[in-house]
Amino acid sequence: MGVITLAMLGSLAVLAVAGAVVWGQQADRPDPSAVLRGPTAGHPLGTDRLGRDLLARLLAATWPSLLPAVAATLLGAAAGITLGALTAVVGGRAARLLGALINLLLAFPALLVAMFFAALFGAGAGGAVFALAVACAPGFARITQTLAAQVAGTDFMAAARVLGLRRHRLLLRHVLPHIAEPLMLNTAVAAGSALVALSGLSFLGLGVQPPSYDWGLMLSQGLDRIYTEPLPAVAPGIAIVYATVAFQLLGEMLAGAAVRQARPRPEEEPVAHAARADRPASTDHVLEVEDLRVVLPTADGVVRPVRGVTLTLRRGELVGLVGESGSGKSLAALAVADLLPDDARVTWTTHRFLGADAESLTREQRRRQLATGMALIFQNPASAFNPSLRLGRQMTEAVRAHRGTPRAEAVEQALAQLQRVGLPAGRRLLRSRPFQLSGGQRQRVAIAAASMMRPDLIIADEPTTALDVTVQRQIMDLLRRVRREDATAILFISHDIALVADACDRVLVMYGGTIVENLPARELAAGARHPYTRMLVASVPDLAADRDPPPLTIEGGPPDPCGTAPGCPFHDRCPHRLDRCAVDSPVLSPLRPEHEVACWRPLPAAPLGGARETEEVEK
Amino acid sequence: MSGGGGLTLYEVTVRHQGPFGPITAVDGVSLEVPRGTTVGLVGESGSGKSTLARAIVGLDPPCSGRIAVGGREYGGRREADRRRLGQQVQLVFQDPDTALDPRMTVRQSIAEAAGAFVRLDRRGREQRVGELLELVGLDAGCAGRLPRQLSGGQRQRVAVARAVAVGPAVLIADEVTSALDVSVRAALLAMLRDLQRRMGFAMLFISHDLAAVRQVADAVAVMYLGRIVEAASTESLLRGPRHPYTRTLLSAVPSLHAGRRPAEEPLLAGEVPDPASPPTGCRFHPRCPVGPARHAGRDVCAVRDPQRDAAGKPHRAACHFPYRADDRPPQARRVPPDDDGDRTPRTPGDLPS
Ligand code: SF4
Ligand code: SF4
Repeated sequence: MGVITLAMLGSLAVLAVAGAVVWGQQADRPDPSAVLRGPTAGHPLGTDRLGRDLLARLLAATWPSLLPAVAATLLGAAAGITLGALTAVVGGRAARLLGALINLLLAFPALLVAMFFAALFGAGAGGAVFALAVACAPGFARITQTLAAQVAGTDFMAAARVLGLRRHRLLLRHVLPHIAEPLMLNTAVAAGSALVALSGLSFLGLGVQPPSYDWGLMLSQGLDRIYTEPLPAVAPGIAIVYATVAFQLLGEMLAGAAVRQARPRPEEEPVAHAARADRPASTDHVLEVEDLRVVLPTADGVVRPVRGVTLTLRRGELVGLVGESGSGKSLAALAVADLLPDDARVTWTTHRFLGADAESLTREQRRRQLATGMALIFQNPASAFNPSLRLGRQMTEAVRAHRGTPRAEAVEQALAQLQRVGLPAGRRLLRSRPFQLSGGQRQRVAIAAASMMRPDLIIADEPTTALDVTVQRQIMDLLRRVRREDATAILFISHDIALVADACDRVLVMYGGTIVENLPARELAAGARHPYTRMLVASVPDLAADRDPPPLTIEGGPPDPCGTAPGCPFHDRCPHRLDRCAVDSPVLSPLRPEHEVACWRPLPAAPLGGARETEEVEK
Repeated sequence: MSGGGGLTLYEVTVRHQGPFGPITAVDGVSLEVPRGTTVGLVGESGSGKSTLARAIVGLDPPCSGRIAVGGREYGGRREADRRRLGQQVQLVFQDPDTALDPRMTVRQSIAEAAGAFVRLDRRGREQRVGELLELVGLDAGCAGRLPRQLSGGQRQRVAVARAVAVGPAVLIADEVTSALDVSVRAALLAMLRDLQRRMGFAMLFISHDLAAVRQVADAVAVMYLGRIVEAASTESLLRGPRHPYTRTLLSAVPSLHAGRRPAEEPLLAGEVPDPASPPTGCRFHPRCPVGPARHAGRDVCAVRDPQRDAAGKPHRAACHFPYRADDRPPQARRVPPDDDGDRTPRTPGDLPS
């Protein structure tokens, strides 16, 4: 594709430059003895009224045909882009005026405008170029306006405006670089259309005037005798199409390059074959996952966000999965729910949901099992709902599809669920659409919808992060109620360690793609043994404690998600590291019942800070 | 009006054009942030705190009231007016990922801000960038990187460096820590305080994170539905909140230390009312746990606006029936959080030792 495009563009360029030099003389040499000939060996395309060789004329016309098209496009693009980009940097009223102007200009068909101005400027190549530039400018203005509006809405533009930067600087520095790619692409495509339009003008007698000539004029002259001699008309037509296609392909190529830049590289990784561990299935366990790993191809190389996660959820348990950004907590959960994109590679040694091994089920069975047994609640409840469908339909869809529940009964169930989440105006709510609710209401509806199927497991991924604290508390109380009444296990993913400590039974602390500690929630504040957990706890400010000393900061950054180095993921930030920490990866192993740590040197039970609490504990 | 170089807001009102008529997002807010001090502005979504921030920096001009920096007002919408204001007031945005131009290196970003009002030659610019990086605690090696090559905390430091590059008299920090991991928040807050000590700007620290506010602010103002309902010195407000809304807000903050959450602090009933048609009288009255909905004989709340009576007091609480100052704040008590009955009490006493 790229090769063809480049070959086509190259041939056009060569012809444009060399055409007039090589064939120019021949093209202008009249031969009264051979006027209006058909194709012969000497004149492969025939001759025109003055007996000039048509092939030579066609080739020599490359430059005069392409140059005006490119010039008109560039002129129009420059004018349109300036106009459109200005809307992003001028004040509100001026922007509205400019917008209205662009709309007005767009209301006229481009070709009509071009013809009007071509007539106005007077027939001739120069007039046609200007006319065409005027005609294509509004299109560019509109595209630029749309693209620039996206940039104008960003925080960095607001920041630049607050800095009081001058308009031309905003335009050149912040707006144009961000929209350059699509505009280039558009310009390439527009050049193709401009060529066609220019040929059209010439054809109508509004463009190039004899004795100058371009493909359009040749086409129109050839058309006079198309019934006797088709080739003199078809050949310039082919030339126009050829050049147009070349420009289109250039556009495609630019677009392709832009997309490729953004798209991750596919990975070359051998599949780690799962060695099946033969642990007996426990009926009490809703979910058992062992050595879960995720490998994802991204633009910056292959990342390994999840590197051996082992977790077990019992029926009715509310387990918090905490970690900072980049710890892999959300991806681990999505992998459990089989929701990762296709290019992600997920492996495990055990993945058992409701006692059934993932390998022992067919794809269809597994999908069904997940659909009926597992529900997800996301940070942004808007994403869980289809914005255009009524909530009632969306809430009842699953039970009706999977359980065959009749409609009326499903609606009754939905009403009961809504009642439970504290939304008593159920019937009205079922008729409304997602955007009519507040964030807190939507999240409550999401919980109600998730519990419609009475799932055995709910995975809640940061369900309260976008909400206010007072609403957050309502949501947490709701989740606790759901798990108590339905005995649903809940995996609650959060970055908020205080919230998790406050609301969950058990906490899994994730760091660098692994679970570093698994402990009862009530021990988190004072009884953590992994150095990372301890430091994380110490970094949480406490409203009730004294203002000094300020909370701790963990120096350094999280481990490189692409790295493959062995050793403890925390070793470069850990104040307690041993020599072996850099080479051997610690595994999650039990310290006491209910308490597991992945560390070669777990801290002693007495914490660094918060000595007061420990004393109380130990008394 | 004496701002003493700080920021003074007087009866500032900001209206938006909503889908069904105008919405008063900020309604008659008066606030003073003296030079060299920090005022925390707390409130939930829809309280108008971010709109207020945008009004102060001129992105959302107020429709009435006065905003003065060092006693001078900076109105006007022309480029020159904007530039005069920009020299005085700067804003740090919530999300460092989007607040920096992704295509500019740290050096370019900071140099652009540093050169916004003064002409700098190449050497001067390089030197200033170095100074600013040092001020915000980044090492000089960061200068050549692009935003996406930095961590969230580093990016936020670059954003701060950009904002203080012009030497503003007032810095507005809008939720600057909420996009950051907890392990780097404290350091950013400490850096901001340090910066303030060195440069002396007045800071309006907007956040929904009460713990962060407590760490940096000298005084706190709490907003609800476009109004300030309580304002006092930080300790006074957090230790002895007097407005019922402030108390509910405080009690909803989860605590790492088990057993601090009180059971009897009621949840807020209902939703935040539509700001297009706010409740009469006290705007909190339909949801107030001690208001007319729960206590007979408190009908005055629905009729009379408590704002006026509160003005001018050192601990102002816009409430007809405020809590007493010596009433202990909710989170300092130790109550088993057995609100749902589904959990054993988590008093420290029953931890296995
Ligand atoms: S294994 Fe070593 S480096 Fe890792 S947390 Fe434990 S002591 Fe620190
Ligand atoms: S004035 Fe009345 S309704 Fe308003 S906060 Fe005070 S007690 Fe509640």
